[in-house]
Amino acid sequence: MRKITYAQAISEATCIMMEADPNVVLMGIGMDYSSGVFGTTNEAFIKFGSSRVIDTPAMENALTGIAIGSATVGLKPVIVHARNDFMLLSLDQLLNVSAKWNYMFDGNAGSLPIVTRAIIGRGWGQGATHSQSIQSILAHFPGLRVVMPSNPADAKGMLLSAWKCLDPIVILEHRSLFSIEGEVDEGMEFTDLDSAKVVRQGEDITIVATSVCVYESLLIASELSNLGISVEVVDLRIIQPIDRSTILDSVKKTGRLLIYDTSWVNFGVGAEIAAIVAETDSLNLKTPVVRMGQLGVPAPVSKPLEDQHYPTSKSVLDIIQRMMSREIAVIRTIPSVTRSFQGPY
Amino acid sequence: MNSKDHALELYSKMLEIRTFEEKVVFEYPNGNMRTPTHLGIGQEAVAVGVLTEREPNDVIYSHHRCHNHFLAAGGSSYSLFAELLGRADGCSGGRGGSVHLVDRSVNFLGTSPILTQAVAFATGAAFAFKIRQEARAAIVFFGDAAFEEGTMWESLNFSALHNLPVFFVCENNQYSTESSLEKRVPPNTNFIEKARAFGITAESCDGNNVEEVAKYSKNALNHIKSGKGPFLLECHTYRTYEHVGTKFDYEVGRNYRSKEEVQKWIAKCPIISIRKILLQTYGVTASDLDQIKTKIFKEIENAFSQAEKSPFPLLESYFENLYHRK
Repeated sequence: MRKITYAQAISEATCIMMEADPNVVLMGIGMDYSSGVFGTTNEAFIKFGSSRVIDTPAMENALTGIAIGSATVGLKPVIVHARNDFMLLSLDQLLNVSAKWNYMFDGNAGSLPIVTRAIIGRGWGQGATHSQSIQSILAHFPGLRVVMPSNPADAKGMLLSAWKCLDPIVILEHRSLFSIEGEVDEGMEFTDLDSAKVVRQGEDITIVATSVCVYESLLIASELSNLGISVEVVDLRIIQPIDRSTILDSVKKTGRLLIYDTSWVNFGVGAEIAAIVAETDSLNLKTPVVRMGQLGVPAPVSKPLEDQHYPTSKSVLDIIQRMMSREIAVIRTIPSVTRSFQGPY
Repeated sequence: MNSKDHALELYSKMLEIRTFEEKVVFEYPNGNMRTPTHLGIGQEAVAVGVLTEREPNDVIYSHHRCHNHFLAAGGSSYSLFAELLGRADGCSGGRGGSVHLVDRSVNFLGTSPILTQAVAFATGAAFAFKIRQEARAAIVFFGDAAFEEGTMWESLNFSALHNLPVFFVCENNQYSTESSLEKRVPPNTNFIEKARAFGITAESCDGNNVEEVAKYSKNALNHIKSGKGPFLLECHTYRTYEHVGTKFDYEVGRNYRSKEEVQKWIAKCPIISIRKILLQTYGVTASDLDQIKTKIFKEIENAFSQAEKSPFPLLESYFENLYHRK
């Protein structure tokens, strides 16, 4: 199969759905720039023009309300936030309205097929307000769908599924993955919006990871297999509604669980997964559950501090060594995808 | 329709809404309407005057004080009573309550109590009409405190920027909960001048004069549908009851406004005003009007007793409709 980048996959899905469905419109800041939100909207702008690819003023909350109103009369808006941090301004409309719309009106107010794409930043000094990762805030509110593609195929498949989905859905993309290549079907290959995916089979330890952490976990798993440690990697993919059974099946098999998420550990996705495991009988864990992610401070800019802020393949390996109660002699350094990002944005 | 028939229609609609709300006042203390309710009594002329001029395919959104708009749009009093009583036949299945109303069959597309959310909805619907080149308007009702929210300004800016067919209807009743305008905006604040600063056509009118509201609304909707962009109409009006609930403020010892002020506005009741015009200008007889009143009273009583008999939602339905997709 041909390979394309994560950004190209998003662009391709966007053009497919806009071609097939005249009700799809793209809205957000920078939609019509030549850079096209890191190469994801420029192709659509060239093909469909400014009536359907709309560069909007800075108005995150009203824009989300506008998307809601437009959906009540049949549009299928796709909102794009170049960083998910800006999306915090839209949470009133997103959480107070869109998440509740169907339940609150008992299905009588029609569907709200609104897609929000928002990008997570990391590294190169992007700092406190450009490198947050807000999935757990969003997933806390019943009624919203929250997904995180970790590879080009899902970046395309999730956007296509989001287009077909009649519920409001947030797709959190990771800036560090935009230039990653992967095999992507040329047609309409949809990603299931209900299930996590075991992306590498293993026996000794389960890593449940999100987004770019899946990419890193796969590299680590590959290294460890050379040392006789068999790691199972579960790509959580769908944050809400969360797929409990895929997680539990894996943990039942391995007896060890490491959760590796893009956001802060406290009150995060890892806490939810750890709770799901803790609430389940007869898993017979061999070691306590470990959560990894950002430490409990805003992301600092200064390089030495920033380096300390995020887990590295070394720190993940240290944790696995502890969980496996055995020494791991690392043979070579695992390249960090997030460190290949050279800014500025 | 001649002006007499039109005035009769406006009177009947306002009276229907008033009778509905007075039934709520009567029944609320019984505790079966377990939903915070913002009565529209005193403000009926805005809803009725605006919506008498709409075309059926124009869409409507509203805020927390939304019973008037729901009924004026053609929503049924039965489904609204059922909603207030938490019944399955309520317009929102009993799940939404007083501030979350919808009836898509009459293009009443939703209400929301957090200030200015619905202002953005209407802007979005108008945006869709613009893209699809449909000659329809989106109408939204909001209170004066909407001008304190950022989303208001974002929506005005966007609607002016894209020349959208949206009708912004401000019900300026002077109070946000118990806070007067003096506490919330600088002296000499003029909302329509603020809208005009965006290049939006804006006018102010007597919101207790239903014929005047209708006249301005007709003009506004013509303006909007001839492609001239958004229109903002500020209607000066007054709610006579407390912000939420069915008592008068002075009955419960609140002194943010005086009993005299409330009574002054009760004397300016929009229904009494149109009744006078019907009797004096259009030569309608008092017995004709009494017949209308009796008929409406019976209909509202009947709608309520039917709603009381309708079932509660099934417990098994508790998890249903969280998502639209099954």
